[in-house]
Amino acid sequence: MNSFTLDGTAIPFAPGQTVLQAALEAGRYIPHLCYHPEFKPHGSCKLCTVQANGRPAAACTLPAQAGLVIVSDSEEINGLRRTLVQMLFAEGNHFCPSCEKSGNCLLQALGYDLGVVTAGFRHFFPDRPVDASHPDIWLDFNRCILCELCVRASCEVDGKCVFALSGRGIDKHLVVNSLSGRLADSAIGLDDKAVSVCPVGAILKKRVGFAVPIGQRRFDIAPISAQALADAPRPAAIGDGA
Amino acid sequence: MPSAVDLDTLLARHPRRPESLLQVLCDIQAVHNHIPADLAVQVAEALAIPLARVRGVIGFYSFLCSEPAGRFRLLFSDDITDRMAGSQALMSALCGRLWLEPGKVSEDGLVSVTTTSCIGMCDQGPALLANGWPITRLSPRRIDTIADLIRAEAPVADWPAEFFRVADHIRRRDRLLNSGPMVGAALAAGLARGPEGVIVQLERASLRGRGGAGFPTGRKWRACREAPGDARYVVGNADEGEPGTFKDRVLLTRHADLLFEGMTVCALAIGARQGFLYLRGEYRYLLEPLQAILAQRRAAGLLGAAIQGRAGFDFDIAIHLGAGAYICGEESALIESLEGKRGIPRNRPPFPVTHGYRQQPTVVDNVETFCAAALIALSGGDGYRAIGTEQSSGTKVLSVSGDCARPGIYEYPFGVTVRQVLTDCGATDSQAVQVGGPSGACIGADEFDRRLCFEDLASAGALVIFDGRRDLFEAAHNFTEFFARESCGFCTPCRVGTAMLQDIMAKIAAGHGTRHELDQIAQLARVLQQSAHCGLGHSACNPTLDMLKRFRPTFERRLKTLDFEPAFDLDGALARARAMTGRDDAGAHIRSEP
Ligand SMILES: Cc1cc2nc3c(=O)[nH]c(=O)nc-3n(C[C@H](O)[C@H](O)[C@H](O)COP(=O)(O)O)c2cc1C
Ligand code: SF4
Ligand code: SF4
Ligand code: FES
Repeated sequence: MNSFTLDGTAIPFAPGQTVLQAALEAGRYIPHLCYHPEFKPHGSCKLCTVQANGRPAAACTLPAQAGLVIVSDSEEINGLRRTLVQMLFAEGNHFCPSCEKSGNCLLQALGYDLGVVTAGFRHFFPDRPVDASHPDIWLDFNRCILCELCVRASCEVDGKCVFALSGRGIDKHLVVNSLSGRLADSAIGLDDKAVSVCPVGAILKKRVGFAVPIGQRRFDIAPISAQALADAPRPAAIGDGA
Repeated sequence: MPSAVDLDTLLARHPRRPESLLQVLCDIQAVHNHIPADLAVQVAEALAIPLARVRGVIGFYSFLCSEPAGRFRLLFSDDITDRMAGSQALMSALCGRLWLEPGKVSEDGLVSVTTTSCIGMCDQGPALLANGWPITRLSPRRIDTIADLIRAEAPVADWPAEFFRVADHIRRRDRLLNSGPMVGAALAAGLARGPEGVIVQLERASLRGRGGAGFPTGRKWRACREAPGDARYVVGNADEGEPGTFKDRVLLTRHADLLFEGMTVCALAIGARQGFLYLRGEYRYLLEPLQAILAQRRAAGLLGAAIQGRAGFDFDIAIHLGAGAYICGEESALIESLEGKRGIPRNRPPFPVTHGYRQQPTVVDNVETFCAAALIALSGGDGYRAIGTEQSSGTKVLSVSGDCARPGIYEYPFGVTVRQVLTDCGATDSQAVQVGGPSGACIGADEFDRRLCFEDLASAGALVIFDGRRDLFEAAHNFTEFFARESCGFCTPCRVGTAMLQDIMAKIAAGHGTRHELDQIAQLARVLQQSAHCGLGHSACNPTLDMLKRFRPTFERRLKTLDFEPAFDLDGALARARAMTGRDDAGAHIRSEP
């Protein structure tokens, strides 16, 4: 089997896999946010940036190639990732202590794991009204990180295309597919993949926010780097290194 | 007006499929000055696209809007050259005359005035677009007249014709600009050479792309020809969005036949049946003249079925309009836009030569590249190769603007020095030249002997000249605003980073900057260069870094302090309270601890 190296270790890969897919399958973690194992790589958050033969590239979209030398866990690259996390926090309105997603949020978990301890940049504090119109689902644009997972899930899995993006640059934002533009008037359903896939607290099911108390949530128990592998499809043979 | 044109008429102009979305929206915008909500719904139904996606496309392109933007919509070109020629004062004057706030629509829905990115009239600015039509050489008198015409509600079509005159300003001609009318000669030569023969000549000519990146054109055409696919496409990139660049505008005006001939030669070489010219929305005024030339070429058997009598050689060209988005000049974003979508650069690989328009093999080349390719098909590659430098064969058409006596179009063999161009255009006391627009490089007077070619200063050929009077901080500030305005927003580093950079530059401009801000600029530059998704993000910090490196005092002069960084100026915040209470004793001051 062909292989490349990731921080000095050989990683086998199958044709068509990207560096991130092969790494996860081999039980190696590279930080990522907009990538989800069930969807085609998107390549927008750039948290998965690595050095590939000395040149920066997004691991989630970079096709694996025999002999590639990948550096991921370096101070330089982790510094870059910390800045990207700071940027995502600065761009929206993320008040973790009052967010139902706290402890289950990928952005927050990445921030902790990477050691983001300061704001770093002036926050934008954008004015983004929430959409509370739906009886069962919250849509809080303040926390949306524009990963497009809900957009992809709603079209590809749910077959509804409830979400799309509008605007450009820093004005880019999520829009809802209904005449009124409100979630209540859309075709969304509580069991939609689009609802469960949101990595942050932007799409939330109502009335279950604190069913699991803070302190006992997923990333309260172990950091994201130790858990992301559980989500990745991993044939046991490779995962066990056997 | 609006009611006279119903949606079915507009829809009938384009194939009824999702790819037509942007073109249909451009037509609706032209008729209604916005996209009325009910029409957006009907378009979504007619083209079988989710309504949210239609809204997403409207929200992406700056010329489209979902709310009425006034029966008169005036967009001032906000290029640095327009500013240097006084555009900001003229815009304020116009707003003053119309009792209008920039960016707002007047209460009666009559008019709105705001800015837009460079509209490609840098050699004859300040300029604006009035309901999409360019007005050049703005002066206080022209502004007064425009205000009167708007208040009299005179249709833009009835405004004085000389307002809309766009000069070509061709100052120096070489091979390309000296070529005569091209109606079939290059195509006949190409047919005689055959597809392989054409590509071999391009390779012998060592032709490299003129859009900036300089990719070998022969190699691109060959790769496309050899890529498996059901159909192949030729795309002419006439998006020309890089501020300071306007040579494609002149080529489209004067040498459209040569361009279309080059695209048709490309079709022959790669085996394409369909071509597109992606024309930036700012050049909408060229649409009808270009359509007329296409019609002539069809009538002359140079487009359509069995071109020049060759059975099986069928090819035609459609013109697609952009709608105000610089990023659509990037080839994969351009293809997305051609497909009617938001112009977001794709993940690469795969590249357009194998997976382009509708995922089929596609050649995207700059307007000037196709023109040069036609000349090479006609006369062969060896003669072309003899011109220019080792790695940059042939000639380059330059757009020259800024502080000089004769701004305009200059064609030189590759390798000409910046100094030579400055002499020829009558520039004196030049302190800096921005080569290749905001994405390019800023060079100072000690570097004017550098050469314009791929070995040295590689670019699409824009030179903006700054003389000794100019404050280069202003230029850097303008460029950061440009990138923030034009970032497509797809990737985190560019979407947020360009906005942060704009924020920081505004802070420095307002006199609140410290060394901390300069450090943050360096930090953002690293992040953008390392992790942005496309060339826009990679280069967004370049002008600021270049100018910081070469003209640091112009930044430092503005800093509040070089040595420490007050997060918040406590004493300054008390100034108003002191003024109100009339106190200025020690107790009314807070001392910051250094
Ligand atoms: C942000 C960005 C903007 C671009 N704008 C243009 C443009 O306006 N015109 C152009 O010809 N190429 C532009 N390009 C380059 C194109 O992506 C592509 O390389 C070019 O059209 C290929 O043609 P060529 O090989 O003939 O130069 C741009 C690239 C980037 C990254
Ligand atoms: S709502 Fe959630 S899933 Fe959708 S784009 Fe925003 S962050 Fe991503
Ligand atoms: S670098 Fe900027 S323009 Fe390019 S994809 Fe990212 S956000 Fe869009
Ligand atoms: S995970 Fe790779 S760019 Fe987001």
